[in-house]
Amino acid sequence: MMYDLLVPSQLLAALMPDLVLMVGAMVLMLYTAWKPESAEHQRSVGYGAMALVVATMAAVIYMATSNAAAAPGVIAVDPFRWAVDLVILIAALGTIALSIEHNVREGIHQGEMHILVLFAAAGMMVLAAGRDLMVIFLGIEIMSVAVYVLTGLNRRSPKAAEASLKYFLLGAFATGFMLYGIALVYGATGATQLDQISARIAGYGLLGHPMLLIGIGLLTIGMAFKVAAVPFHMWAPDVYEGAPTPITAFMAAAVKAAAFATFARIWYESFQMPIEAWAPALWWLAVATMVVGNVVALAQQNLKRMLAYSSIVHSGYLLVAILANSPLGSGAFVFYVFAYTLATFGAFAVISTLQTGGDRPPMIADYAGLWHVRPWLAVGMAVYLLALLGFPVFGGVGFFAKWYLVRAAVDAALNLTPLAVIVVVTSVISAGYYLQVVRVMFMQPRHEDAPELAPSGPLTRAVLVATAAVILALGVYPTPLANWAEQGSMPLFRQQQLITQVVPTVETQGAR
Amino acid sequence: MTAFLDSIGYNGWILPVLLGLPLLGAAALFARAGSTASADERMAGDRQLAFWILLAEAVLSLGLWWSVDVASPDWQAAVKLPWIPSWGVTFHVGLDGIALMLVLLTTLLMPLAVLGGWTSIREKTASYYGLLLILTTGMLGVFMALDLVLFYVMWEVMLVPMYMIIGVWGGQRRLYASIKYFLYTMIGSLLMLVAIIWLGLAAQKQGVPNFSYDALLELSRTGGFNGSLWLFGAFAIAFAVKVPMFPFHTWLPDAHVEAPTAGSVILAAIMLKMGTFGFLRFALPLFPVAAMHPAVRTIMLVLAVTGIVYGALVALVQPDFKKLVAYSSVSHLGFVMLGIFAMTVESVQGALVVTISHGISTGALFLLIGMIYERRHTRLVDDFGGIAKVMPIFAVFLTIVALSSIGVPGTNGFVGEFLVLIGSFPTQPFYAVIAATSVVFAAAYMLWAVQRIIYNPLVKPENQALKGMDLNWREIGLMIPLLIAIVWIGVYPKSILQKTEMAADRLVRSVMTAPVSDPPAARGEGN
Repeated sequence: MMYDLLVPSQLLAALMPDLVLMVGAMVLMLYTAWKPESAEHQRSVGYGAMALVVATMAAVIYMATSNAAAAPGVIAVDPFRWAVDLVILIAALGTIALSIEHNVREGIHQGEMHILVLFAAAGMMVLAAGRDLMVIFLGIEIMSVAVYVLTGLNRRSPKAAEASLKYFLLGAFATGFMLYGIALVYGATGATQLDQISARIAGYGLLGHPMLLIGIGLLTIGMAFKVAAVPFHMWAPDVYEGAPTPITAFMAAAVKAAAFATFARIWYESFQMPIEAWAPALWWLAVATMVVGNVVALAQQNLKRMLAYSSIVHSGYLLVAILANSPLGSGAFVFYVFAYTLATFGAFAVISTLQTGGDRPPMIADYAGLWHVRPWLAVGMAVYLLALLGFPVFGGVGFFAKWYLVRAAVDAALNLTPLAVIVVVTSVISAGYYLQVVRVMFMQPRHEDAPELAPSGPLTRAVLVATAAVILALGVYPTPLANWAEQGSMPLFRQQQLITQVVPTVETQGAR
Repeated sequence: MTAFLDSIGYNGWILPVLLGLPLLGAAALFARAGSTASADERMAGDRQLAFWILLAEAVLSLGLWWSVDVASPDWQAAVKLPWIPSWGVTFHVGLDGIALMLVLLTTLLMPLAVLGGWTSIREKTASYYGLLLILTTGMLGVFMALDLVLFYVMWEVMLVPMYMIIGVWGGQRRLYASIKYFLYTMIGSLLMLVAIIWLGLAAQKQGVPNFSYDALLELSRTGGFNGSLWLFGAFAIAFAVKVPMFPFHTWLPDAHVEAPTAGSVILAAIMLKMGTFGFLRFALPLFPVAAMHPAVRTIMLVLAVTGIVYGALVALVQPDFKKLVAYSSVSHLGFVMLGIFAMTVESVQGALVVTISHGISTGALFLLIGMIYERRHTRLVDDFGGIAKVMPIFAVFLTIVALSSIGVPGTNGFVGEFLVLIGSFPTQPFYAVIAATSVVFAAAYMLWAVQRIIYNPLVKPENQALKGMDLNWREIGLMIPLLIAIVWIGVYPKSILQKTEMAADRLVRSVMTAPVSDPPAARGEGN
């Protein structure tokens, strides 16, 4: 069945969670403008936003369990979308929870911050659902504009202003690449809908068509910008450092997940055929991202910058999942993104709660002896970092995420075993900087002039406990997540098989 | 005894209990970390809790001696539970004769290791003992695991507790030693991760990989990978780092020297053995053709013999007694590797006896070093002298243990090295002759050091001040079982040999007669 978006009932069937979120966010925006700015108002808007996110989650889960048929059309209705939506919403929930308390500490009173997070999440959900290059472009813009503003929200901080401007200029530049790429792909195939692009590439024998190849190349560059893959990563450390810490977490987790989700969908559904054209490019992109990100991260003294490079590294790992180009690959992608989101959120929650205010950067050396003053916070941070490292049991689900990824790479049709070896070898490099933090926290004494640490607020504490508990629990028993990820991966490929079945008939028609 | 054990279904629950009990203890200890009692009270409570749990482990595990039927080709006390069904990962544990000895070594040595550090660990005791217990589970898990994923998880799990134990409670250069230990081991084992996944996929049925050891062993005969050099290499490097074999050994002296007493004991006595165990359990049976490839075998034998001689020579010039013992470990473990790669029943059995007896002797040496260090706060051989006059009991113990480490007949050290040498001489005479020279070196470094510590004239006032500070009852009590084991194995090694004979025999036969299987059709590049 094809969803006809002009019929209200079908529109609702296809886009119910998105509509809940968007309409709710607009109502909440009116409420925000109702009262003057104050810390309390900011807080109440934040709670409202969290409630809205939870409601949207419920809608997503309802849709996911109501077995709505996967159907062709501009809006994807498939488990992959719901899986990515949930990751995005979990990240949004965490971001709002962290920023309610972060804003009080930093003296940010604009309740609009939470609304912007909701809008960004709405854009991301469009990205996860979009099956048409125009819809995808809309999603990217909705997401990006909201995140540009969020980055510079702390107007008193020059660093935030710099970050915001830098992100905006480079982001606009990347969008330009992407739009040009879309135009060229449309020029070559005459279609913007992903399955039609695929069918026409096959049907009209466009495999080596230069316009198509340049289009794919430009789209790759645009995507690489969004996910911060080397060499298009330059903006990430500065932006991550300048943005308010909860927003940094949001960018590292949700923006990345959404961009990768659409990346995966476009490549799997449209560019399945000319795989020889883009596979080597992505291969080298992945290798460069893993190697450069890891090596540069070693030199970082600022924890936020270190995590920024670490998020670049994880983009490299996720590229491997896309390259695997198989059901396993997309399953690994969902699994990995989920694990990575939890670990990233936990780590940034720790940074956020330890921030002493002002523009003082969170230096790794300031964490010396954290174990002696805030033992559980130090243990939590160790868990998050070990999860990012992909260490079993102590790093919980992070290990199985890496396991799934390596399995997808080894099992791929293109032989990616060398890439899998690079994944694990660069993981060893990453041990160098993740463990440095662990070492500083546990094995060095507290500085005598170290500042007194304020106690964490209840929301921050909830984020910390929830992420650590889920990471550890899934690290012992990952079966539920594994099953979920597997479900989230398959329909993409059922669709794919459908296309490959269609292709020969198109060709025979052409021959007649 | 067997009837009693059967009546309580011992074999059905013992292995999971041995794995789970320390984890419960660790949870209890971590829960105590926040208590408000005074530091002394907490320390006393923490160490007692850890000790009783480990003692319970030891007592419980003793039943394995009777319940494990070493003649049977099946896994003993095996338990198999689903873990991640869609990935083909199971929780499968079981023992054979070789694993039995190592499990018992672990469970029996752990309470002694805790006793050895009874008074020297004063800070953050709850965390320290909690990590020690997690470490116990990890080590036992490695020896029991029959699923490669479970094995890998357990293998890595031990890294973090040991890293923390060295890094938080270690000596002067603990930061350097701990990170070096961590990175070396991790680099080694990550390639094994890729290899394990490759194997699991090679054995997959209907899209579900299979990581079961038995299935892979079966596939090894027909699956075409038993001659794969890179798969063997990925496993061999992981194990060689752990053993450690000659060029990968540099983490060992640092880690041993900087670790607190219990850490050194565990590292030397048990953790190094996981490397040799890995060769016996995984690297050789799964890839017999690659392992017995003439070039590979030559390289391994050369490295083993180099380790034997090099370790002994370096030990000869160490001023620090702990470092001396650490290098002597490199030498002893070289014997194990020689025995394994000589691949005769005697040499493999010899390797196993060296494995056990090195655990006992070196563990005892580190405990003794810890005792004297607590009194003198130095480990430099030249700082001592004439200790026998002020601490006679210590002197007697040190002498006996040193003799067993050298391998004097009548002690455990002799049996193993002798078996390795006679076992490897028929097939590898050249290497056996070179290895034999190190017996002389061993006597030289060990006796010379012992002489300088306990005999020379008692001139230093610090050493004279040790009068009346001889070993106390706790220390004597923890050394006695080790001394008994030293003499027991030395005089009546049959008790170990008959337990390991069948397993060694099966191993040698399967490795030496492994057919070269055809390479698989599909994935050419993987090999």
